[in-house]
Amino acid sequence: MTGAERNEAVSFRDIGIDFTGGRGDWVLRHLDLTVEAGEFFVIVGPSGCGKSTLLRLIAGIADATEGDVRTPEGPVTRPGADRAMIFQNVDVPLMEWLTAKQNVEFGLRMQGRPRAERSAVADDFLRKVGLQNAAGKYPHELSGGMKQRVQIARVLAVSPGIVLMDEPFAALDAQTRKLLQHEVSRLWREEVRTVIYVTHDIREAVLLGQRIAVMSAPPQAGIKSMYQVDLPYPRDEFSPGFVELARQVEIDIEEEVNKLWADSAVPRSTR
Amino acid sequence: MGRLRRSSFYSVAAVVAFVVLWQLATLGTDPTLFPPPTTVADAAIELVSNGTLGSAILVSLQRVFLGWILGSVIAIPLGILAGTSRIARAVVDPFIHFFRFVPALALVSVFILWFGIGEASKVNLVAYSAAFIVMVNTASGAASVHADKLNAARSMGAGRVTLLRAVVFPATVPHIFTGMRLALANAFLVIVAAEALATQNGIGFLIWNARTYFRTDQIFVGILCFGILGFIVDRLWKRIGSTFLRRYLFSAGGY
Ligand SMILES: Nc1ncnc2c1ncn2[C@@H]1O[C@H](COP(=O)(O)OP(=O)(O)OP(=O)(O)O)[C@@H](O)[C@H]1O
Ligand SMILES: [Mg+2]
Repeated sequence: MTGAERNEAVSFRDIGIDFTGGRGDWVLRHLDLTVEAGEFFVIVGPSGCGKSTLLRLIAGIADATEGDVRTPEGPVTRPGADRAMIFQNVDVPLMEWLTAKQNVEFGLRMQGRPRAERSAVADDFLRKVGLQNAAGKYPHELSGGMKQRVQIARVLAVSPGIVLMDEPFAALDAQTRKLLQHEVSRLWREEVRTVIYVTHDIREAVLLGQRIAVMSAPPQAGIKSMYQVDLPYPRDEFSPGFVELARQVEIDIEEEVNKLWADSAVPRSTR
Repeated sequence: MGRLRRSSFYSVAAVVAFVVLWQLATLGTDPTLFPPPTTVADAAIELVSNGTLGSAILVSLQRVFLGWILGSVIAIPLGILAGTSRIARAVVDPFIHFFRFVPALALVSVFILWFGIGEASKVNLVAYSAAFIVMVNTASGAASVHADKLNAARSMGAGRVTLLRAVVFPATVPHIFTGMRLALANAFLVIVAAEALATQNGIGFLIWNARTYFRTDQIFVGILCFGILGFIVDRLWKRIGSTFLRRYLFSAGGY
């Protein structure tokens, strides 16, 4: 392995996705992308361009029609604890028969870690997401934001090299979302892991990402442009640099969204 | 609390009113056709004091309980398998849909031929009917576990077997619980059929036997027994759910 390759967390080579099974209906195609180890990488793009699908490919819970996905360990063929996913829907991924703490221990249990270690690690991560007082509560006793924090703690507890986040805060209220965005940013800086983060929220993208990839509209979507965000953390969303970059990204995506509308059967006058 | 007490007051009042109406309705009728509650009570006292009713209840309850447990123990793993594996599903589906329409009553004679006139034929008949109900419920529960719940577990390192044990099974507990509850109610229907032939005890036998001697009052005692026992056993099962399975059932709503 060469020195250059060692810094790659994951790479996509000539990826194509066709859910129709060979009828040539490509959601995305010829997509190449490399995410560096330790990087906070954000993906934005119009709805339906395949962002979630890309994360699922890395997680090993979906297969590409063409091309391959690689990590330094080799091609991705199945799920693994080195690539853990945080899902958008807060009600689905948690085990509702387990307490917050047992949920955080769940991943460690799956890996067969001893009980005492599990308990200590779970306590540690519950504290990191500010839930030490909710350890004994069941998911239905927690708010949406708390549930999402449990999910984050659960994933971080298994120390995955890559953390995949699919619009994790989209369903939360603005205040909670802001709080959790800062928490995620802080946790990433403390733990230094690769984070690949999908969002529709451009403010969030610029607040968190070191690089932002803008995807083009489907069919045959791909990476349209890449932004390097050179603003220091924690970021001030009212600074001129922040505002200017957010504007650029916004215009970039809008162009793609407009393409989707123009291509669709919806007449222009109803927009 | 006050509301609860008031609603149970209405329940008790309704039952008392029903018994009074029953008594009035039987005025002037032949007690061998339509016995009044007082006659039924006399018959019940007679059956209790000579020990017939007590042993009939014990025998029937034992058959119901053993059959229900046996059927469930077989059905739960099969249901989980059928709910999670496409192939297993395809294999069992035709049989499920065929036997679903074969009533236990139609099988009484066959079961006696196969399992003899002893306890085994009755217990197996109850088990047979319970197994289908529990299996269908378990399979539909296991199949409805959200794909991303499984994906979340897999992405934290869960293998196939662990996934079944640590995610699918606990997530299916509410469906298993409901299936077993329905199967328990059904077992009381089946036990009458099972005790129609080749037996000398049980509530079902008591009813069939009373018929030959034209003891309508004893038939009514048997009917009341089934209703009351079914009610009590159902309550007990719910109580077991809310005490021991609370964390599995609570979020699923309702128990
Ligand atoms: N399992 C599937 N079967 C068939 N089609 C699918 C499947 N998953 C995704 N698709 C299709 O692939 C396309 C991309 O889906 P994906 O969920 O990756 O988009 P996305 O970029 O995450 O969209 P959004 O921003 O709305 O979440 C969509 O057209 C979707 O309908
Ligand atoms: Mg998506």
